[in-house]
Amino acid sequence: MATPGRALPQPTPETQHFWDGTKANELLLQRCDDCSKVYFPPRPFCPVCASRKVSVTKASGKGILYSYVIHHRPVPGFTPPYAIAVVELAEGPRMMTNIVECEQTPEALQLDMPVEVVFEPQTDTITLPLFRPAPTAKG
Amino acid sequence: MPHNTVAVVGAAETTKMGVITDLSQIGLHADAALNAMADCGLKPSDIDGIACANETPVQLAHYLGITPTWIDGTAVGGCSFMIHVRHAAAAIEAGLAKTILITHGESGKSRIGNPPRSVHPQSLNGQFEQPFGPMGPPSMFTIPVLRYMKTYGVTEEQIAQVAVVQREWASKNPRATFRNLITTDDVLNSRMIAWPFRLLMCCLVTDGGGALILTSADRAKDFPTKPVYILGTGESAETPMISQMEDFTSSRAFRVAGPTAFKEAGITHKDVDHLMIYDAFAHLPIYGLEDLGFLPKGEAAAFIAGRNTAPGGSLPLNTNGGGLSYMHSGMYGMYALQESVRQMRGIAPAQIPGAKISVCHGVGGMFAASGTVIFSNQAP
Repeated sequence: MATPGRALPQPTPETQHFWDGTKANELLLQRCDDCSKVYFPPRPFCPVCASRKVSVTKASGKGILYSYVIHHRPVPGFTPPYAIAVVELAEGPRMMTNIVECEQTPEALQLDMPVEVVFEPQTDTITLPLFRPAPTAKG
Repeated sequence: MPHNTVAVVGAAETTKMGVITDLSQIGLHADAALNAMADCGLKPSDIDGIACANETPVQLAHYLGITPTWIDGTAVGGCSFMIHVRHAAAAIEAGLAKTILITHGESGKSRIGNPPRSVHPQSLNGQFEQPFGPMGPPSMFTIPVLRYMKTYGVTEEQIAQVAVVQREWASKNPRATFRNLITTDDVLNSRMIAWPFRLLMCCLVTDGGGALILTSADRAKDFPTKPVYILGTGESAETPMISQMEDFTSSRAFRVAGPTAFKEAGITHKDVDHLMIYDAFAHLPIYGLEDLGFLPKGEAAAFIAGRNTAPGGSLPLNTNGGGLSYMHSGMYGMYALQESVRQMRGIAPAQIPGAKISVCHGVGGMFAASGTVIFSNQAP
């Protein structure tokens, strides 16, 4: 269910594909056709080699919890305490997000724990990519 | 740039520091600028270069009655003033100006004439960070720290020690906002802001300002003040997004700006008598000590907890009490520079006896940019 009140992105021509992707429940990154670098946030050229030949690529949605804080102050759309996190995607790039379906405590939020993307609609046009603890692989 | 050819001849902070309700932001700039001009016996008509960050140099030139031949409005956060010093030294070397005024004023607490900051929803930060609930630096600048702590086995107690040691320095400074000594438990038991950061691990919010006047070293000898020479400077930038730092345990901007300044100054770390590292939060001195090359990675927290940067220690750090205890109006770099100049003049409240070289290192934004200035009181 949409969380009212939080700050929402306004897409630009360079980022529209990303937000179209989250609305369709896909996490889209970009890959350089020349040097193969996978990068984020979106831009129409490679930040490593400056090539304009880049493609949109669908990410696995898998990653690890890389770092975070647990915020204790009130912010519109959030109930403190809540974690503001950075995940490292399996494809390499990192992104800021929130960790859902998980207690917002240091004990529950262990660095390097596997996480997976979930898509949380906010408005008719904006869906945010959030992450939840991933089921641990067994065998 | 050849070093030791430009000097600070005028330096002053605002008349008052802390909560200032009778001046707006531009008034704080002017108060500091007038104090710096009085410090070295100059009038606005003697100034031909001006730099500032949170107001435009056009505003200040007009307000103070200065006709500049050189202006610099570099505004990259709290280290803008270190970078102004670097640019001003190069401009004086190049003959673009003879006498340059760098001013700062900030109504950070009272917020008079200081418009509220906002993050535009179309910006990179607005699209890819702001929707996840950060509210300013306390909830963002702190995000990399858990990764640092896990990588190097650093504890919350050790990070708290940074604030404890700096309060010892502040206790010696009559102008410091907080002067009462504190313990590690005081820090750990203070209000939780953004775990693992408590209130006393975060900088103050105050009003104030400061100004510097630079000229060539050969002219500096004619001023009434003791010249403080600029040995070397550095600057760099990394990213406006804390989530996109290359390495959460180290600042690339620090690793470029710091060594650039050391190389230009032609000094080694053991030559440094006094050190300022911009401490918006308690982890900044830890990152700074390592990224500037004073210590191997992972050793700075134990070094600080071991009292090496405390009064009586081998490497006096943030001797005014820092942003954690002295003052922090939002862009703190100017106040770090003022303390380096006081130490080189020999007039600091907690003076380091015989100090000859001071390193002043600043951060802009949240590990977004960096500037380093190395000062000396030794004539070229």
